[in-house]
Amino acid sequence: MQYLLMCCFDETKWEQIPEAQRDKVMKEYHALLQDLAKSGHLQAGAKLRPSTAAITVRRKNGKAAMTDGPFAETKEQLGGYHLIECKDLDEAIAIANRIPTLPFGGAIEVRPIDFQER
Amino acid sequence: MSEGLEKEIRETVDSVYRSDSRRVLATLIRLLGDFDLAEEAMHDAFIAAVEQWQREGVPKNPAAWLISTGRFKAIDAMRRRARFDASLGEIVKQLEAAAGDTSGWNEEAVEDDRLRLIFTCCHPALAPDAQVALTLREVCGLATEEIARAFLTTAPTVAQRIVRAKRKIHDARIPYQVPSQRDLPDRLDAVLRVIYLVFNEGYSASSGSSLTRHDLSGEAIRLGRLLIELLPEPEAIGLLALMLLQESRRAARASPTGELILLGDQDRSLWNRDQIAEGIALVEQALSSRRFGPYSLQAAIAAVHAEAPSTEATDWAQIVGLYDVLMRVEPSPVIELNRAVAVAMRDGPAAGLALIDALLSQGDLQNYHLAHSARADLCRRLGKVVEARTSYQAALRLTQQEPERRFLERRLRELSNPL
Repeated sequence: MQYLLMCCFDETKWEQIPEAQRDKVMKEYHALLQDLAKSGHLQAGAKLRPSTAAITVRRKNGKAAMTDGPFAETKEQLGGYHLIECKDLDEAIAIANRIPTLPFGGAIEVRPIDFQER
Repeated sequence: MSEGLEKEIRETVDSVYRSDSRRVLATLIRLLGDFDLAEEAMHDAFIAAVEQWQREGVPKNPAAWLISTGRFKAIDAMRRRARFDASLGEIVKQLEAAAGDTSGWNEEAVEDDRLRLIFTCCHPALAPDAQVALTLREVCGLATEEIARAFLTTAPTVAQRIVRAKRKIHDARIPYQVPSQRDLPDRLDAVLRVIYLVFNEGYSASSGSSLTRHDLSGEAIRLGRLLIELLPEPEAIGLLALMLLQESRRAARASPTGELILLGDQDRSLWNRDQIAEGIALVEQALSSRRFGPYSLQAAIAAVHAEAPSTEATDWAQIVGLYDVLMRVEPSPVIELNRAVAVAMRDGPAAGLALIDALLSQGDLQNYHLAHSARADLCRRLGKVVEARTSYQAALRLTQQEPERRFLERRLRELSNPL
């Protein structure tokens, strides 16, 4: 069963963390992802560029409308995602809880996949 | 087939339903992998029992018969549906495969299934009110209408909650299992929270004219007993102790006309000594584990009250000491408030009042009616009539419960006309 882990965090808060500490967390994160790839859990994933690099596309009065920035004006923004294969929700939650950025704040949404497109 | 035999069999089946339907359901959910399928299967099995037991006699192990019959009927029904819906073919294969490896009756497996059911119904992925509704329905066997009445909501609302919860269990694939040792403490916390919530709804209704809905409290205590039978963890034992000790005061808590009677004014001869004895034994068992959780500590405090012949003869020093430990384990403004009340009993009203004033100025309890009524009571004992009146009025503004309102109004009248 597949789940999408959506990692959301406060970008400003993250920047305020000393660089040395951020590097350490990223090293741990990298090691975790390698672990998950080896165990066959990790199917896909990506780190996203900051929300300032986003554009949101909508329809307004039948016409294409674009706004600068992410779709939701929230303090916490999507920073990356991981598509994982697990036997059940508890396994997915256990993996989400291992993500090293969590102790520094942020939230990880765990959403079950309905069906894949490709 | 005689009418007398049919009546006898129906009574037997009813009795088996009352004693075994919950564990039959728990096992069928594991075997069939789906709540609704299991409920249908159980329903069909009980219907079959009424008919077949008249012909074949009552089986030696009715629960095993019902599980086996339910499972075969479910697979049969799925096979029929699969003829019209090819997508179900896979599910039928899975069910048939699962049926293959359960041979014979396994008492231990069935008890595990009841635990699996409790932990699944109380999974943190489900909304808290969904956990409560699902637990009452699936584990306790309460009807939707009963649950709705107990929580002062409508049957369709409860039904919706339960449908959504089952859908979430299916869609998110919440596993039907007892949590691992690593996850057990947190997951057990969730279960205890649900049970205590049910007990509290029964102990003091959150609004309305009647102070208690004691069928709910009884249900919570039954759940608590089941839990420690399956999983004798110290905090589970502590929770059962706490519920029994609080329940033991039921008869003394309200007057025949429904007036609120505070602990200090209760007629202790009305306290249920059997429940107190059982509660105290359980407290000792829980604390002997040397793991001091919040429920066990609150139960210990209740036990000190239960053993005291009167308010004056209560060991308030021990109660304050227990609150000190409780504060370290689970700091909360409400617990600090209760500790302040105990300090007032040990050291005099002025000491307690200083603590409550400090708490109120911190802001957390501004909207908690019991904080204001406790403050009022201490002011009254110190002869500070004006301040007592202000605080009783503040408490009155914050509570919707009729018996509590009448109590506060009575206190206000007594301030103006001291007897």
